Amino acid sequence: MRKIAIYGKGGIGKSTTTQNTVAGLAEMGKKIMVVGCDPKADSTRLLLGGLAQKTVLDTLREEGEDVVFDDIVKPGYGNTSCTESGGPEPGVGCAGRGIITSINMLEQLGAYDEDKALDYAFYDVLGDVVCGGFAMPIRDGKAEEIYIVVSGEMMAMYAANNICKGIVKFAQAGAVRLGGLICNSRLVDNERQMIEELAKKLGTQMIHFVPRDNMVQKAEIHRKTVIEYAPEHPQADEYRTLARKIHENQLFVVPTPLEIEELEGLLIEFGILN
Amino acid sequence: MLLRHTTKDIKEREALAINPAKTCQPVGAMYAALGIHGCLPHSHGSQGCCSYHRSALTRHYKEPIMAATSSFTEGSSVFGGQANLLQAIDNIFTIYEPDVIAVHSTCLSETIGDDLTQIVEKARDGGKIPEGKHVIFCNTPSYVGSHVTGYSNMVSGMVQLLSESTGVKNDKINLISGWVEPSDMREVKRIANLMDAKFTLFPDTSDVVDAPQTGSYTMYPKGGTKVPDLIASGDNKATLAFGEWATKDAAIKLENKCKVPFEVTELPIGVRATDRFIMKLSKLAEVAIPDAITTERGRLVDMITDMQQYLHGKRVALWGDPDQLIPMVEFLLDLNMKPVYIVSGTPGKKMHQKLEEMLLPVVPEAKFKNGIGADMYLMHQWIKNEGVDLLIGNTYGKYISRDENTPFLRMGFPILDRVGHSYFPTVGYMGGLRILEKILGLIMDKQDAESTESEFELVM
Repeated sequence: MRKIAIYGKGGIGKSTTTQNTVAGLAEMGKKIMVVGCDPKADSTRLLLGGLAQKTVLDTLREEGEDVVFDDIVKPGYGNTSCTESGGPEPGVGCAGRGIITSINMLEQLGAYDEDKALDYAFYDVLGDVVCGGFAMPIRDGKAEEIYIVVSGEMMAMYAANNICKGIVKFAQAGAVRLGGLICNSRLVDNERQMIEELAKKLGTQMIHFVPRDNMVQKAEIHRKTVIEYAPEHPQADEYRTLARKIHENQLFVVPTPLEIEELEGLLIEFGILN
Repeated sequence: MLLRHTTKDIKEREALAINPAKTCQPVGAMYAALGIHGCLPHSHGSQGCCSYHRSALTRHYKEPIMAATSSFTEGSSVFGGQANLLQAIDNIFTIYEPDVIAVHSTCLSETIGDDLTQIVEKARDGGKIPEGKHVIFCNTPSYVGSHVTGYSNMVSGMVQLLSESTGVKNDKINLISGWVEPSDMREVKRIANLMDAKFTLFPDTSDVVDAPQTGSYTMYPKGGTKVPDLIASGDNKATLAFGEWATKDAAIKLENKCKVPFEVTELPIGVRATDRFIMKLSKLAEVAIPDAITTERGRLVDMITDMQQYLHGKRVALWGDPDQLIPMVEFLLDLNMKPVYIVSGTPGKKMHQKLEEMLLPVVPEAKFKNGIGADMYLMHQWIKNEGVDLLIGNTYGKYISRDENTPFLRMGFPILDRVGHSYFPTVGYMGGLRILEKILGLIMDKQDAESTESEFELVM
């Protein structure tokens, strides 16, 4: 089983990209589990056709510690298994601890056991690696490959660089490696070249450039992945390509994060100077 | 009337626990770690946690309990405790020279998400762990489970981080001990030696927390399971884990890691639980049961039959940890006593099931609860509604005992106000005799104190 975590700045399109990629892999006949690690619990919405999921932490709150597997893992598009960690309401509690609790619970309930015959487990993680809890998916060999969703916007690149710092820390002790950057286009000037350059400086690759297309929005409104909603659309092929590239990926590195001046220099070179 | 606010009126409570029947996970982790020879427990958190856990153990064992702490400050809470732990490992190996440091986490380090695997790996890479020395660790957030969970987690840590398999099996078996007193661990070793079994017992706190006064202080007393024996546990032919809550997880992990098959049994308290323990020990170690043991059993059964008139029908309330309570309830039933009230702060559905199986057919009026909401206040309320003849549990029952004028046998953890538990076992047939002697003493003392002159007996 390959265990993959998707990180990136908030609002960059992690959940959308993850679910579409998962749909692509599912089409290839792979058995996949998606673990949403975002208190908003919207990481499996497109695979499940709505926010039908009761989260691990909701279940824990309501039923106490006697949670059973089927309470928290639901079948989604293409025979995927979907689960959401969930979390406290905004402004209270500790979302990071919530993720630790739910991943431990999934392990206890045997979600990753051999009898589940999983090819892939995907962790879709909120925003930045802001505290120990959000690093949970890359601790103890839980996820071994990381992809960072990024765009040509300064803050997205800044976040990607910051996440790389977290990966370096955990890569020293474990098997976790960076698999590449996924550029989710925001139609910024020279975006592709800039992210390719950023990837190079981080010691990795831009594994795929996902162009911006309204079809993604349209499919989202219908609570579906593009692959399910419009399988013939060129955007669906983009996600299929991304899925294939991840499936065939061989390049796993310990990244080399940039100094902030270097990062800003990159922006000036590709953004303003052109 | 110390507990004058306890009323008969039992109301459903959701959030509040009053006098909980459990304590923190790290207390258990610290106690288990002391069962390794030359081990210094280390608390990864603030100083207050470490002080409390040490004093909880010191008050129970009347021995100095040494442990180190990461001494978190506000800065550590914000930036994580890695720097503190790395420094601590370096200092401890330099100054205190233990063979093993056993790190457990605390609520704070768990909540900020410190990753002990990664930090210890970093210490190793940085050359802070000298050749031949070891750092083991486990996660012990106190908001999960109880002190029993902490004990279990540290025992699992021993297996995960020390046990190794060379591929060549040897003739010994592992005895993984649940949470019992050092006297009990010594008794288990005596029994196993009587049977000529070859074994490694771990953890083993005998000669650690009951060390003799010799006139000179040693930081690491002579007892405790030796590290080479723990490492070799992966080559042993089988494992017998006694005390399911405290040891089953470790037994499973040892099987997964080193392919050592295991059996789990109850703590050998009382006749039948000891029978099962001895039978399993005999089977796994492939040794016969000697007459000496059969004779001890016979003595216990003899005292039970001789003293029936003082035991029959007596109502008993007991509290503590599932591993003690389950065989203890079975023993009380064998004595023809009535265990009517049982609480444990340690969660686990299985305890409820087991008690139900044992009690429903013979004591249908019994009330029992474990996990959230099972506290000493509820126990007291039950007793207020209908009294009992005997209380069995840790020291926290003394208030109820005084208020309700009920005889009280101290058993379990902690015992803060009596001595003897470190030295005289309650496991095995001899331990059964001691429990029985104590129960009878309490019941007869009460009868002597309260009988009329005409009923006052010389011979009992």
